[in-house]
Amino acid sequence: MDAAKNKYSIIVPTYNERLNIALIVYLIFKHLRDVDFEIIVVDDGSPDGTQEVVKHLQRLYGEDRILLRPRAKKLGLGTAYIHGLKHVSGNFVVIMDADLSHHPKYLPSFIKKQLETGASIVTGTRYVTGGGVHGWNLMRKLTSRGANVLAQTLLWPGVSDLTGSFRLYKKSVLEDVISSCVSKGYVFQMEMIVRASRKGYHIEEVPITFVDRVFGSSKLGGSEIVEYLKGLIYLMITT
Amino acid sequence: MKHVLKLLSLLVVISALWIGLLQASIIPQSHTWLLPIYFIVSLGCYGLLMVGVGLMRFPTCPEEALLLQQDIAEAKDFLKQKGVDVGSD
Repeated sequence: MDAAKNKYSIIVPTYNERLNIALIVYLIFKHLRDVDFEIIVVDDGSPDGTQEVVKHLQRLYGEDRILLRPRAKKLGLGTAYIHGLKHVSGNFVVIMDADLSHHPKYLPSFIKKQLETGASIVTGTRYVTGGGVHGWNLMRKLTSRGANVLAQTLLWPGVSDLTGSFRLYKKSVLEDVISSCVSKGYVFQMEMIVRASRKGYHIEEVPITFVDRVFGSSKLGGSEIVEYLKGLIYLMITT
Repeated sequence: MKHVLKLLSLLVVISALWIGLLQASIIPQSHTWLLPIYFIVSLGCYGLLMVGVGLMRFPTCPEEALLLQQDIAEAKDFLKQKGVDVGSD
């Protein structure tokens, strides 16, 4: 594959990220200087004026580099990616969060890993040396570790970080995998990578660091744990 | 093959081995009957060990929070100059 002809479409779903979207756009441009890319912002009708900020960024960086493809209301992550995919003009698609827990400085390492290995998917992992998480207390780490061991034992997924959502896909691979996924939320991210693994796609991992600045406000309660367990059983049976 | 079927076939193979051992009486029957319990307990202990080890070795990155703050400051400076609204959230 001729590296010079690659174009990377970065899909960023947003909801009330009026400040973070500007910061993340700046950082993406900073770290991808010699790369052909576009940013596709899928905003779910944010009431805080996110779209106005994006339009300002479009004037600053160019409408060919930043695409605003909004939706009327909050419709969920999976459909946000599907919606974004319709507007992708690149041959690679990156998905990442808008809240700066995913730092654009890792984008070059995703791209490099893919070029080196020819992988169909490169997924960021927080749980290996070189990666890491900041902002989690002991209980949260315990839950994460327990959930991971359970998932590894039951699913044999082939990746170390199942719920991560910082990934690079070949466009055709993303289209193929996403069409067979039906879950919501972070179970959706798990379903994506497990289905890709079952289909035999070449998946590589790169370490990433994850700075959680919203941990205090979003608790991991009993209902999330139940959803997770239901998700695991669903994936065991259907993949 | 669906994953759960893979797990079930593994279970069937292990069960067949267990029944085989019961028939062949290489090990005293009293021990053989308890093998499934030993297996489940070992699996549980292994799982707990993996959780414990993973928790101890959980990679953290406190320096990243600082670096992020610096990046945010740099981004805000640039964007403010260009007239993008980066007022407080």
